[in-house]
Amino acid sequence: MTAAAVTVAPAVVVDRAAIRRQRVLGVVYLLMASVIAYFLTSDVKEGATSTFLLKPAGSASAISVPNLVVPSLAVVWLAAGLCAALGAVQLIRGFGSRWAVVLGIVVVAFVFAFLTWAAAGRSMSLIGILQLTVQKALPITFGALSGVLCERAGVVNIAIEGMLLSGAFTGAVVGSATGNNVVGLVAAAVVGGALGGMLAVLAIRYRMNQIVAGTVINIFAAGLTSFVAARVLGAHRELNEPEKFASIPIPVLSEIPIIGPMFFSGNIFMYLLFVLIGLIHYGLFYTRWGLRVRAVGEHPRAADTVGINVQFTRYRIVILGGIVAGIGGAYFTLGSTGSFVQNMTGGRGFIGLAAMIFGGWTPIGSFLASLIFGFADALQARLSILNVAVPSEFLLMVPYIVTIIVVAGLVGRVRMPAADGQPYDKG
Amino acid sequence: MSEPTPPQATPATPPPPPAPAKPAPASAQRAPAPAAPASASPGEPASLGQRIRGGARGLILPVLAIFSALVIGAIVIVLSDITFFDRLRADPGTALGAALDEVLGAYGALFTGSLGNPGTYAAAFASGDLEQITRAFTPISETLLAATPLLFTGLAVALGFQCGLFNIGAEGQLYLGAIFGTFVGFAFTGLPWFVHIPLAIGAGFLGGALWGFIPGLLKARTGAHEVIVTIMLNYIAFNLVNFILKVPGYQREGRSDPISKVTIDSSWYPPLVEGLRANWGFILGLVAALLVSWLLFRSTRGFEFRAVGLNPTAARYAGMSIATTTIVAMTLSGGLAGLAGTSIVLGVTHTLTFGISAGFGFDGIAIALMASSKPRGIIFASLLFGALRAGATPMQSITGIPIDLVVVIQALVIMFVAAPALVRGIYRIRVPEATGLETFSQGWRA
Repeated sequence: MTAAAVTVAPAVVVDRAAIRRQRVLGVVYLLMASVIAYFLTSDVKEGATSTFLLKPAGSASAISVPNLVVPSLAVVWLAAGLCAALGAVQLIRGFGSRWAVVLGIVVVAFVFAFLTWAAAGRSMSLIGILQLTVQKALPITFGALSGVLCERAGVVNIAIEGMLLSGAFTGAVVGSATGNNVVGLVAAAVVGGALGGMLAVLAIRYRMNQIVAGTVINIFAAGLTSFVAARVLGAHRELNEPEKFASIPIPVLSEIPIIGPMFFSGNIFMYLLFVLIGLIHYGLFYTRWGLRVRAVGEHPRAADTVGINVQFTRYRIVILGGIVAGIGGAYFTLGSTGSFVQNMTGGRGFIGLAAMIFGGWTPIGSFLASLIFGFADALQARLSILNVAVPSEFLLMVPYIVTIIVVAGLVGRVRMPAADGQPYDKG
Repeated sequence: MSEPTPPQATPATPPPPPAPAKPAPASAQRAPAPAAPASASPGEPASLGQRIRGGARGLILPVLAIFSALVIGAIVIVLSDITFFDRLRADPGTALGAALDEVLGAYGALFTGSLGNPGTYAAAFASGDLEQITRAFTPISETLLAATPLLFTGLAVALGFQCGLFNIGAEGQLYLGAIFGTFVGFAFTGLPWFVHIPLAIGAGFLGGALWGFIPGLLKARTGAHEVIVTIMLNYIAFNLVNFILKVPGYQREGRSDPISKVTIDSSWYPPLVEGLRANWGFILGLVAALLVSWLLFRSTRGFEFRAVGLNPTAARYAGMSIATTTIVAMTLSGGLAGLAGTSIVLGVTHTLTFGISAGFGFDGIAIALMASSKPRGIIFASLLFGALRAGATPMQSITGIPIDLVVVIQALVIMFVAAPALVRGIYRIRVPEATGLETFSQGWRA
């Protein structure tokens, strides 16, 4: 190892941190390779195959998709070899600017080896996991979009968790009370917006520390929803049985193999999300409104000088962010499980924040990042059903560990809005 | 700003009461030599009168915050009764009267559940029966019992605040401390208590410190914001507890539910008064408060914590390492939260289950905010929140108002305490500006 380091020394001597990062990554790849080789080959029988179903059960699609059948041991060894080779190259030479691509390849190889191992000798619905990935990513993306809006305007919104929870609660209760889930959805949006307004008033008007203000809203939302759920919903079940939104497969598009069942067979929340992603992306980067919002988040004083009302812009955008998070919260009850359970959001709002950071404060990036978190979530849900020989508690940890890795690995490498989290004082 | 004793013109100077000797805050003018003002520079000592007046002024904000929170809590109680509006329409007078009775009943139960019933005390003392007198003090004992873990988590969060770090992970650190402490509690047999208890406490501190070290290290090395990392570590810790409680050797023999072995009685905290549940854990908490106070306001390390918290740039120019300070502060903070875990396991439950902490870690945030991160204030704030907790259970069983009301009240207390301008706006009075939050780094920057 030292000899190798000496030979490359002249080329990269300028950046020691980069060399260290390169070595760390190399060691991590080799570790992953040995984990695959050691653990994932252990109880796989010789000649066993892993079958991945690519067509959802009960699908009436005209296009037939064959199942993916692979020899388990061969695939696992192949993945181990690939990771080891990439790790060795990374350790010795590094991949320069293509490090992210290589990291992606290694992660995919690792995950695929893991799935092959879990499905060895039986069949696993890969399309089921992928569908679940998108569904689990939905509320995370709504949360991330809320974060993108607020932080582009320079307000840190850590209250997304509370907004999601209140949205879930309001959606369930109003949806049940009125018997109309659309009214429930609108009410959830209104409540989310109200919490956004509360955050804005505390952070902008009363200049409270934004992280503390967000934490207050989170605790407040958790306490209030639990309180009312215990006091009212326990005795009145009929207030917690909203009608769920049915899924609406889009004609033609939902017939596309793999992509169709993933993205075009969801319910109203999925399409609402796609529309929102498009609108926010276009709005933020291609309209005068978006330019003003970003100016307020990057350099409020300059924005003020050219006549933009900084505080008013921030109020509006934080309330809008609250509305988006409220809609995302309604997904938990109106789009997914159908009834409210105390603290049912389980930190998805915070994961949304991590997705926003991973996505570089852009709507599309946030969505892609949310898919990664959604995949971790879906894997956990599916594998605990499959009775894989990993304790369910460790599977449940996966999304949170991924979040930590993402936040730790990326926060220094992406550029955040310059005035994020800083109150603005005219004067 | 209206400061009676202005040591320097920093906007972050807190109100005077609990600051006997305040080393001048780090300012840019300090020479870039390694700063070590151990116990020097007491500033201008305030006279006793000034200090009392300052103390009274410092109390205005918390008192008004609690009052406002209770008022809003009352509104929540009334409005969450879904028959209220129907009854209001039918007969406003009776409906409002019933609502008032409901609120007074709930708060009354909260009060007697935490401080005791004057009638019971009188009867007990009149009877002269020692056992009856002891029993009359049960509510106060329960308050002290609930205040004990809160004292530790409050100190943990406050230590972070002083260094500009927001440790939301006290809950997870508490569980890690409990896992370690419980293990020492049941695994080491035949030790005398004066060896066993310190050993278990040390293990608990270690467990919590480990869970605080991770976010500290990640923040210092990569800039990952401690808020997200500690929240994620909370969820990981919850799953870890669930896992470890099913590991053979940790799980109690013959049980299928997640519960640990019973700790050996040589590791238990002795009760303060025989017959009551309050134990020496509370005294340990007071000692911890003293130690934290010494650390923060009398030691070089504590000076560095506060300097980094107030102005990282100035601290760096003064030769302090922000990375080291961050890691040490988070580790100590986690260790204190771990002690909260041991105080529950060794003082109350004597066994580890998933339910040992009902959000004590999160209450620590409220306590630290309320006390402006001052150890002396944390003692009082944890007693207050301990009283709320102790009273909540009888409140639920007597009046049927769910315990979660206390969480709502706590959130409101934090809100009012952290935004003095809000209290000023509502009551039209002057309240001190300092909230102990000035040390916060903004946004996601490291």
